[in-house]
Amino acid sequence: MGISNYILYGITLVLVIVSLIKSRKKTKMAFKKAWKALSNILPQFLGVIILVGVVLAFLDTETISRLIGQSSGWLGVAIAAVIGAVTLIPGIIAFPTAALLIAGGAGYMQVGAFISTLMMVGVVTLPVEFKYFGKKFAIVRNIAAFAFAFVVAFVIGKVMGEI
Amino acid sequence: MKKFLKRYAFPIVMALALGALLIFNYERGVVASEKTFYTIKEMLFVIPPIFVLLGLLDVWVPRETMVRFLGEGSGIKGVLIAILIGSAAAGPLYAAFPVAAVFMKKGAKFSNIVLFIGAWSTTKIPMVAFELASLGPKFAFVRLGLSLVGICIIALIMHLVMKRNEVEQIYIKVRDL
Repeated sequence: MGISNYILYGITLVLVIVSLIKSRKKTKMAFKKAWKALSNILPQFLGVIILVGVVLAFLDTETISRLIGQSSGWLGVAIAAVIGAVTLIPGIIAFPTAALLIAGGAGYMQVGAFISTLMMVGVVTLPVEFKYFGKKFAIVRNIAAFAFAFVVAFVIGKVMGEI
Repeated sequence: MKKFLKRYAFPIVMALALGALLIFNYERGVVASEKTFYTIKEMLFVIPPIFVLLGLLDVWVPRETMVRFLGEGSGIKGVLIAILIGSAAAGPLYAAFPVAAVFMKKGAKFSNIVLFIGAWSTTKIPMVAFELASLGPKFAFVRLGLSLVGICIIALIMHLVMKRNEVEQIYIKVRDL
């Protein structure tokens, strides 16, 4: 459990106590609403999590490094972007993973694309996004974010002297 | 029972797929199970407080406050607040959606919602230290700065592509969640 989780729990706890002091009835209502919102989306969350587990079982760092090496160019960037889009790893693991990928021979611009789509594009979380915002919103947002990853790759490639 | 099966069809199918993987490719199946349990553990830590905060927000923050800070007419202040809250948040992208839904329910403006989701996904303050340590300052700052521009461009694209009535539909939809 990372430090940001402790902060999250600390803030939540303090606010719950303040809320309890101000009104027990309203606090109870807040918990009811929290539970309703959570149970509404829980099936999607669970499904997505198992899906991610299965996807990740086929994509280890070695496999990825081989696919997106420094000499892989824009094809490597495209592969990196696709892998990032279909995987979902928590940020705390994502950055060390990116460092491992670079140590394993991946290029910075490919890793830039990978990190970008990893964070902004969620193919496996689409069922969750559909449920909240509908298909069009989710698809347009994900396509735009996917395209943006190529801009990131280009700029990172320039800055890091790869292109 | 039937209702339960229908609601949980997606996770049940995925669990069956995982079971099949365990049977036909035991090694990968074990890796997949480990990753799944790891993520569930992570989710059990991060998700409950986020939803409790949402409940509190829903009960305590009056609609007028939300409209003032993030609603129509909140202008550049609304833009900055949306990006700041999104960047400060911990948790995976899929945790941003329920938060965004409550913001919308309370009257936040559509473009601010898109900015908020963008910031939550990519310019994460709690993660900056990890990015710096893992990839170095040059990579980290270029990517973060560029991403700030990117989320604004994406918000603009969403604003142009989504028709007024489609946006209204989403606002109606989130009311029931």
